[in-house]
Amino acid sequence: MSTHPHLHRDDPKDYLHCEYGIRSWLFTTDHKRIAILYLVSITLMFFVGGAFATLVRLELITPQSDLLQPETYNRMFTMHGIVMVWFFLIPSIPAVLGNFLIPMMVGARDLAFPRINLLSWWLFTASGVFVLITIFIGGVDTGWTFYTPFSTFYSNSYAVAAALAIFINGFSTILTGLNFIVTVHTMRAPGMTWLRLPLFVWSNYATAVIMVLATPVLAITLLLVGIERVFRVGIFDPALGGDPILFQHLFWFYSHPAVYIMILPGMGVVSELVTAFSRKRIFGYHFVAFASMAIALFGFLVWGHHLFVSGQSLYAGLVFSLLSYLVAVPSAIKVFNWTATLYKGSVLLATPMLYALAFIGLFTMGGLTGLFVAALGVDVHVHDTYFVVAHFHYIMVGGMVTAYMGGLHFWWPKISGRMYPEGWAKIAAGLIFFGFNLTFFPQFVLGYLGMPRRYATYPPEFQVWNVLSTAGASILAVGYVVPLFYLFWSMRYGKIAPRNPWRASGLEWEEADSPPIKHNFEEVPTVTKEAYHYHEGVRLG
Amino acid sequence: MVEAEPVGPHHTPLREQFEALGQQREADTLGMWVFLSTEILFFGGVITSYMIYRSLFAPAFHIGSGHLDLVSGTAMTVILLASSFTMALSVHAAEHGLRRRLMLCLALTLVLGLAFLGLKAHEYYHVYQERLVPGSRFHLEGPHAREVQLFMMHYFIMTGMHALHMIIGAGMLIFLITYAARNTYKNYTVEICGLYWHFVDIVWLFLFPLLYLFELRTR
Repeated sequence: MSTHPHLHRDDPKDYLHCEYGIRSWLFTTDHKRIAILYLVSITLMFFVGGAFATLVRLELITPQSDLLQPETYNRMFTMHGIVMVWFFLIPSIPAVLGNFLIPMMVGARDLAFPRINLLSWWLFTASGVFVLITIFIGGVDTGWTFYTPFSTFYSNSYAVAAALAIFINGFSTILTGLNFIVTVHTMRAPGMTWLRLPLFVWSNYATAVIMVLATPVLAITLLLVGIERVFRVGIFDPALGGDPILFQHLFWFYSHPAVYIMILPGMGVVSELVTAFSRKRIFGYHFVAFASMAIALFGFLVWGHHLFVSGQSLYAGLVFSLLSYLVAVPSAIKVFNWTATLYKGSVLLATPMLYALAFIGLFTMGGLTGLFVAALGVDVHVHDTYFVVAHFHYIMVGGMVTAYMGGLHFWWPKISGRMYPEGWAKIAAGLIFFGFNLTFFPQFVLGYLGMPRRYATYPPEFQVWNVLSTAGASILAVGYVVPLFYLFWSMRYGKIAPRNPWRASGLEWEEADSPPIKHNFEEVPTVTKEAYHYHEGVRLG
Repeated sequence: MVEAEPVGPHHTPLREQFEALGQQREADTLGMWVFLSTEILFFGGVITSYMIYRSLFAPAFHIGSGHLDLVSGTAMTVILLASSFTMALSVHAAEHGLRRRLMLCLALTLVLGLAFLGLKAHEYYHVYQERLVPGSRFHLEGPHAREVQLFMMHYFIMTGMHALHMIIGAGMLIFLITYAARNTYKNYTVEICGLYWHFVDIVWLFLFPLLYLFELRTR
């Protein structure tokens, strides 16, 4: 133990090589190593969730239920949802890229609470173990939404085990959000004013606010579900005077804001990518930054649009519908500003930029179809159909996962110190884009034609669209497996990355090595420039 | 990281991620405030649920509330308010380096907190004896029995969550007293723990009228 904490900073070794051994990883408090721990955990969970999706798509090749029994099918789509939402999408960009980058981007040596950061990962791991146990003992069949009274009285699956996993997972999310908020408020380097923060930090800050304010409502709701199921007392059960609609209100009060936990960080990544590969300052910095905060705020006011056909009053429905349209405004501001940033930029179509452009297109489609389902009349037609499934996959997969892949490639030189192979990466990006659209575009058609979601069987006339969708899913799967291989490969054989291979702006590129030293910077930088100062030339470092 | 540092009543070691003590203090304090904002929403969920059922089933909730002991509830409120006062005195003592007074005030806070928990436990036992614990043993005559069970369910969840927070707070106080006895306390940790303690009190100030003061309005 050193008597003077600042001595660490003179250590020339980068964070990957300053210590060795499993304990130096599992008990590290370095935000960069914790980001790597998260990267490993969520990659595992992504492929677990992907395996469930594969089984769902395979079952849906034929109209009958032949590969899976309907009961098994219900468990498959439920576990797919639970794993992907809580164990991949919510931690994806914040816990991996956010953990790695936010301290560097604000010019700090670490997050404000490094040990709490480690605790977040341990809680995440504990919850992951619980969810894997749930899977091995038989899974849950309630849908990821745990609607009562099915989840509390009638389901014969392991709802309490899954709810417990998500309950623990929630604390991990809350602590990550808390750490980000405090870090952005108190750890900024000299000269790093709020309006010089990279937009990635702004969007993760907005995300952190949602994490801290929405997740506890899920925790208490799941606690109530657990109590009702274990003690057989009525809270949401109509037989005891309880109200199942109350469950839906509480659940969506969390889960709609949670949708923005699953897209805002992606928007932050895209702002970084579009500027770096257009070599231009972002068009309308203030608008993009405050649009993130607006989305976080509006996100808390629109949960009722999930209850249009649940027996909510018509007037409540009208208000929620109107408020839902409001979310489109800050979202559209972002899309317009990214597009305007491209205008007359010197665009370089490297892999991260391909992902960023894919994000803009796919997010726009997901967003516009979101307006369809926000409209009361249209929603009655497409509610609980594949139209909704396609809509949110365009946001979650077309948006968030695409942004995550783009961000992972963009910052991979910084994370690993190596370049990824550009040719392979472009092939994978192409496969993902093509596979994604072939998987989910047919589902818009299916939903509009009236195919309901969450059934193992369907009328034979829908088969052609389902076969197309499954074919797309197999291409998509290849597209996700290829990067797993070449990123691993690049850690040993990739070209050594310079400090700033993209000539990008930002403290993580201009002031930190690739990979960075344990405390990020030799000395804490003083910031004198606005973010994205491409017009003034970027320091190569 | 900090074990080798010299210790003393005003000595607060600087953790390696921070540049200055002021920054560390600001971060730690803000961290507690952000945590408390999470807590508000946590209790907010169940309080919302309670409010909705209370408006739907006012007569039943009236009956349920009548089974709680108003005197004991009032006593608990007074005790908690007193404990907030002694906690505030502890913060003041810590800031001025008055170690003996700090230990005394923290100990008083702890005693009051435990007294609250004792009364709470007694009240639970009373409800249990009256067979009003929701579940298969629940027994009550009358047309509103089923909704009274809903009241009792919320009573147990809300006060149970609150009691859990009190127990955590009591544990925190024991740590603070130990640190103060060893003269190794950080001067602003008491203040941050104080924030938590006051918050838990404020929660009770919502729970008390919601659960116990139903009766008074109609008297």
